[in-house]
Amino acid sequence: MADTPIGAFAPARSVKAPGRLRRRYSLLTRRDKIVLAVMVTIPTLIQLVFIWIPTVLSILLSFVRWNGLAFSDIRPAGTANYDFVFKDYPPFIPALQHNVLWLVFLAVIATPIGLLLAILLDQNIRGSRIYQSIFFAPVMLSLVLIGVIWQLFYSQNNGLLNFLLGTSGTPRAIDWFGDPNINIWAALIAATWRHAGYVMILYLAGLKGVDPALREAASLDGANAVQTFFRIVFPVMRPINIVIVVITIIESLRAFDIVYIINGGRNGLELISALVIQNLVGEGQVIGVGSALAVILLVVSLVPIVIYLSRTFKKDA
Amino acid sequence: MSTVTTRPPKAPARSGSPNKVGSVQRPHYGTHIFLMIMAVVWLIPLGWAIFTALRPKADTDKYGYFSFGGSFNFANFVTAWNQGGFSKLLFNSAIIVVPTVILTLFFASMMAFAVSRFTWKFNVTLLIMFTAGNLLPPQVLAAPLFEMFKHFELPYSVSGSGSLLNTYFAVIAVNTAFQVGFCTFVLSNYMKALPADMTEAAFVDGAGIWRQYWSIIMPLTRPALAALGTLEVIFIYNDFFWPLLFIQSGDMLPLTTGLNNLKGQFLSNYNLLSAGAIITVIPTLIIYLALQRQFVAGLTLGASKG
Repeated sequence: MADTPIGAFAPARSVKAPGRLRRRYSLLTRRDKIVLAVMVTIPTLIQLVFIWIPTVLSILLSFVRWNGLAFSDIRPAGTANYDFVFKDYPPFIPALQHNVLWLVFLAVIATPIGLLLAILLDQNIRGSRIYQSIFFAPVMLSLVLIGVIWQLFYSQNNGLLNFLLGTSGTPRAIDWFGDPNINIWAALIAATWRHAGYVMILYLAGLKGVDPALREAASLDGANAVQTFFRIVFPVMRPINIVIVVITIIESLRAFDIVYIINGGRNGLELISALVIQNLVGEGQVIGVGSALAVILLVVSLVPIVIYLSRTFKKDA
Repeated sequence: MSTVTTRPPKAPARSGSPNKVGSVQRPHYGTHIFLMIMAVVWLIPLGWAIFTALRPKADTDKYGYFSFGGSFNFANFVTAWNQGGFSKLLFNSAIIVVPTVILTLFFASMMAFAVSRFTWKFNVTLLIMFTAGNLLPPQVLAAPLFEMFKHFELPYSVSGSGSLLNTYFAVIAVNTAFQVGFCTFVLSNYMKALPADMTEAAFVDGAGIWRQYWSIIMPLTRPALAALGTLEVIFIYNDFFWPLLFIQSGDMLPLTTGLNNLKGQFLSNYNLLSAGAIITVIPTLIIYLALQRQFVAGLTLGASKG
């Protein structure tokens, strides 16, 4: 899965092009217009063919029954796929709960850890760069790798954690990735390892952008460090806070790789994204059901996406 | 109000550059202890993987995984490299990463140039469409893309599967489409901030659109392109999902997705598995260490201006 690099999706800069800056299209020569049209058309076609047409097709496929073989096998299904998902598909509700848990865990545990690290490292302490590199290192790892590395840590008989707990090789050894009551927490800790570093680096950038005069004014008024942070610095970082909120929501909706690597997203690690793939790949392809799940994921994802876009492009439109 | 009058004497001491220096010299013992503990905790998973990878399986069997007995060497890396076919997997990753990143930056820069340097009817609409595309969960598009590629017939001489499935084209095209949205957004913000005079003069001298784009704007955009390029190389290299969906033959998989297969193959030998994992990290590690500044800049591009 590609990452969610909306860290860079900072709200559009307030640098507004004065009328003079942006040239009007109508002033161009015919040849320039053709060049410009080609420059716009190729990327736009790529977007349409590989992103937006498939999105529409996903919606259409969710209302049919199809085995994915010949197009002539496609049969209309009405809302049968949705009925099935909501009423007769046992993993759906756990998946929904796990997605919510994922979001809450990242928001309540991982994000504050990242914020705390950023605040501490922003004080210009010695070795700050080394610390930054250490906390940031997991962010450049793929989630596949994170799954493998943490398996060495969590494995029932060969893992570090059970050795440290002294349970290794005994019947009390916990199978951290295999036990359906525990594995979601084990996966969440591995995900936190990565998410906190990402949040840290974004907040570090945000903190550098805070006007030092504000802190000075606060300290002149007798505010202590905690007061200064919560009353002045944190509110000033509002744009970055919004980016972090959007990243956290979208990452928890997109979460897929790590649960898929652990056990294919089954047995305690159901997530909506994993259910989509289980219905599309392998035996018993049920394109309609997979698409219905994909549409549910789409609808939920549109909420943060629309909020984010409307905030970002409000000034431009 | 009397408190205010007592403050000014303190102010000069706190303002200006001495403030920063003062905070460096003030001992932060608590902070340091906390950060050191966190750093150690953060390094345990990676450190453990390296530790395991450096030990022969026979020694861990004899002394246990959590021990220091026996010897340390690089034999597991050699074995994992040969048994896992890493040279092939690494080559496959390159086949996907290099064209994807070049195409993404090329298309995104053209699009960003058109929407940021000219005013026309749909430029904001298109920019929104591009940005939104990058934010969708990839699983939403999985079924239609899979079926589109499966039913796109090709002669067997071109594709072993007789369709676009199991070809690098599928992975490159979809990754490019996904990443173009993000890069267009970042680059258009960057290009918007470049002064108009840059292209105005060239325009008056009769430089065409392409020349303004290629000879004037692109060189000025180089820092942003470098940052995005670094970021994209790591993103595409780390991508697991699209090869998982589109590539069926194991010998065509890129490293990140192939590692998942090796996981099964090496399952009984954690020392080999660790070595495989470390080998997979090395390319990203090299890029990260060499271009750390660009990588972090890419992630936060524009964020500090927010």
